[in-house]
Amino acid sequence: MVNRIVVGAHYGLKDWIAQRATAVIMAVYSVILLAAVGAIGPNTYEAWRGLFANGFMKFITFLFFISLFYHAWIGVRDIWMDYVKPTGIRLVLHVLTIFALLGYAGWATQILWRL
Amino acid sequence: MSANTKRTVQFKIYRYDPDKDNAPYMQDITVELEQSDKKLLDALVRLKVKDDSLAFRRSCREGVCGSDAMNVNGKNRLACLTDVDELPQPIVLRPLPGLPVVRDLIVDMTQFFKQYHSIKPYLINNDPPPERERLQSPEEREELNGLYECILCACCSTSCPSFWWNPDKFVGPAGLLAAYRFIADTRDQATNERLDNLEDPYRLFRCHTIMNCVDVCPKGLNPTKAIGKIKEMMVRRAV
Repeated sequence: MVNRIVVGAHYGLKDWIAQRATAVIMAVYSVILLAAVGAIGPNTYEAWRGLFANGFMKFITFLFFISLFYHAWIGVRDIWMDYVKPTGIRLVLHVLTIFALLGYAGWATQILWRL
Repeated sequence: MSANTKRTVQFKIYRYDPDKDNAPYMQDITVELEQSDKKLLDALVRLKVKDDSLAFRRSCREGVCGSDAMNVNGKNRLACLTDVDELPQPIVLRPLPGLPVVRDLIVDMTQFFKQYHSIKPYLINNDPPPERERLQSPEEREELNGLYECILCACCSTSCPSFWWNPDKFVGPAGLLAAYRFIADTRDQATNERLDNLEDPYRLFRCHTIMNCVDVCPKGLNPTKAIGKIKEMMVRRAV
């Protein structure tokens, strides 16, 4: 096969918007978390648990983690695209990254709802 | 003539002749300038008289042709638009970064022009040509200001790290400015195809808005703004 340059995978815009949207969610969450921690001042395990037992806090923390992992997926994929040229190895790394991030997402959710 | 009309200027110039040199090296050289020598290009022409092995491109000597783009004291500029007296010495001259060096200050622009051609830098309109001309309103024409003036000197694209890394896949600021010039043109009918052509993770979206292109453009153009407008149109098309 002649090594022609192929571009034109049509997901540039989607990922670009997703990266920005998830960044906004993470920024807003950081402010809310700081405010909540500042207001409650949890200094015991029970107090921390109480903070995340709240339904709204659970919901927004879950959203934060999902955003974080999606954001990380786009960023890490860009790194693989920049530094790993062989298509096969790159595809394997992409799949491994997705599996790892999905695993983290499941794990984070499990921890959140265990509290 | 006063005593300070003649002045000596020190240079440090990137030299590489693939036929003679094993590796590139920096040459220290001084040149005496006449009173009439105002621009860096004047000094380079003087230098060329002194050492005719020095190779650089030049043509119009007034910032219109874009031939004499080079890296001057770490910044991409046109030699013909740069006042030689405003530069700290020694003046360090290097070829435009990121492109293969042909010789001395001359780079191979093939990749740059390939990207430029990839965005189809011409009007696409399948309607029969009108008797006289395709008219635009003054507002429609206004949108093209700041886009059509690009002289393709490559100062912007060769100062862009995204272009350094993916010159084969990322269009680069010059190409994207030209792309928006035709996307913005109300007489053009290929808007959708043009947006499709850019909607992949490399061609447009490798721009991370660091604005090196805006910083160096010798014509004072703003490729970052044009790129932002392309993204805006894509969003408008998608939502």
